[in-house]
Amino acid sequence: MEWLTKFPEMDRNGLREFKKTVDNAFTSFSRNYGEGIENFFDPLLSFLVGFEKLFLNTPWPITIFVILFICWLASRSIIIIAGTLLSFLLIGYFGMWEDTMSTLAIILVATLLCIFIGIPIGIAMARSNKVQALILPILDVMQTIPSFVYLIPVVMLLGIGKVPGLIAVCIYAIPPIVRLTNLGIRLVDKDVLEAAESFGANYWQKLFGVQIPLALPTIFAGVNQTIMMALAMVVIASMIGVQGLGLPVLRAISNQYLALGLMNGLAIVVLAIIFDRVTQRIGKRMQRYKSD
Amino acid sequence: MNNFIKIKNLYKIFGNNCTEALNSVKTGISKEELLEKTNCVLGLNDINLNIPKGKIHVIMGLSGSGKSTLIRHLNRLIEPTFGEITIDGVNVLELNNKELLEYRQKNMSMVFQKFALFPHKTILENISYGLMVQNISEEIYQEKSQFWLKRVGLEGYDNYYPNQLSGGMQQRVGLARALATDAEILLMDEAFSALDPLIRSEMQDVLIDLQLELKKTIVFITHDLDEALKIGERISILRDGSIVQDDNPQKIILNPSDNYVSDFIKDINRSRVIKAKSIMTNFVSIKKENVPIIDSEMVLEEVLQEITKTKNYYVLVKNKKDKIIGKITLNQLLTGIQRPRKEIEKYA
Repeated sequence: MEWLTKFPEMDRNGLREFKKTVDNAFTSFSRNYGEGIENFFDPLLSFLVGFEKLFLNTPWPITIFVILFICWLASRSIIIIAGTLLSFLLIGYFGMWEDTMSTLAIILVATLLCIFIGIPIGIAMARSNKVQALILPILDVMQTIPSFVYLIPVVMLLGIGKVPGLIAVCIYAIPPIVRLTNLGIRLVDKDVLEAAESFGANYWQKLFGVQIPLALPTIFAGVNQTIMMALAMVVIASMIGVQGLGLPVLRAISNQYLALGLMNGLAIVVLAIIFDRVTQRIGKRMQRYKSD
Repeated sequence: MNNFIKIKNLYKIFGNNCTEALNSVKTGISKEELLEKTNCVLGLNDINLNIPKGKIHVIMGLSGSGKSTLIRHLNRLIEPTFGEITIDGVNVLELNNKELLEYRQKNMSMVFQKFALFPHKTILENISYGLMVQNISEEIYQEKSQFWLKRVGLEGYDNYYPNQLSGGMQQRVGLARALATDAEILLMDEAFSALDPLIRSEMQDVLIDLQLELKKTIVFITHDLDEALKIGERISILRDGSIVQDDNPQKIILNPSDNYVSDFIKDINRSRVIKAKSIMTNFVSIKKENVPIIDSEMVLEEVLQEITKTKNYYVLVKNKKDKIIGKITLNQLLTGIQRPRKEIEKYA
């Protein structure tokens, strides 16, 4: 009756061999191809570094002015502008300006990357049920797998640095935009689509003239979620060498610096709130045609 | 041009793996049996229809009778299972994708029950849509759209969005959008069914008015008999995917082909629908004193007004050329207004 009380597990040697084989296979893969893959991501690195330098080298009043101007264009709300101004002044005053700029840079690049990759995938999913059935489980895995777990292969492959951090952030942050692009396009009124078809619109005319414009508010909710999730990844990404607000938080955890942790944590929160409010406003403004 | 649109042996069966089912349908299996045996839904069953050019042809039936399915075969929004559709000599079912798009752009346009306007486009952009997808230059389509905007009575609403307009106004936009492409065929899928009665009647008048001038070939779908009688020059009645009667409106009322059709017409006011020409006896004569002469298009209610003015209780009927072609006696008039006995017994 032993088999009932003790789970019939693989024997220890076999298990060790199994793990070893997987590890060795991946190690040799990363030895052989790691450099190639690294080179492949080089343009991304220079893009990210360029952004970071731009943010850091621009005199702070100009940076604040540009940020406020973008917020104004996007939201047209005095309250949001005032809040943003106050937040950035406080962040600067408490000595977190440079870390904040680094974080802004990586969030911006990660979001752009997610948009450029995520929206076409979402469109492909909306077009075909087969593609949807294929991609949905992958998204489920990406969203539920503990982020530390996929940090391991990424670090093995690309080492410690900005690009692996960026990739980790993107893996974590891309699912919402893919899902919501798919959903938004699928929710477009069938009657309206049929009308476009009856006038002889081709696939691209339907996609860019009807489906995407009508799905845009939903897609934008996806962008909003993607930004929020990217911000949430900042601390974890700092474990593999991403500069920014996450790094002091990490230091605060290991050394029990309460004030340092709180300050930088709150700075992340403030960034999140600004991003959220501004993008929500954009989303609302896209639906102006719905109001009278 | 009597057979402008020609539909021959058209079948549509919905469902997966249903090509086999076609043979059972052809042997005369019923819709229910088919569903039970093969899980396939019979949409259209052996439709044969000729639609002449420049007329309003109404297709009528209750919901589920296949009328919306049928109209969508004409522009192939739905692909048939079997059959032939020829429009102006072109076999529509043989068009490849590119030809089909062009065919939809140039030759037919559609008006929808729920309007199906583009909510994110302005009224003018909506009307321009059919021209825009043809990559026509902006100048030209702006001008055309402005023209149709005025023609349907919405001048000044260029930059409104559809949801800022009432239902009736929205359907005017739908109509203008369809007319703007100058397509010869207009498909109207329950176009006025979602409107309230007064607006519906108003829109029917707009359509009749436009048709006098445009002479389009209009295929009009409705479940409303009054509407069918008001605008239809010919009516086809669909039931469970088959055509049960295809006739001119007068004949449908006077000679319903079966119970289903008589069910349809049981509630109409016969005296306001049946025309003098449908009940008169042919009779050639010259004008007579004290005998009123009426127009052959006059409805019986008005004939009654005329006939009671006379002593002899009969009137003469003239055609459009003022030639006397028939007469109606009081007896004939009453028989015409009276519902057939078998119907009365049935609904007593």
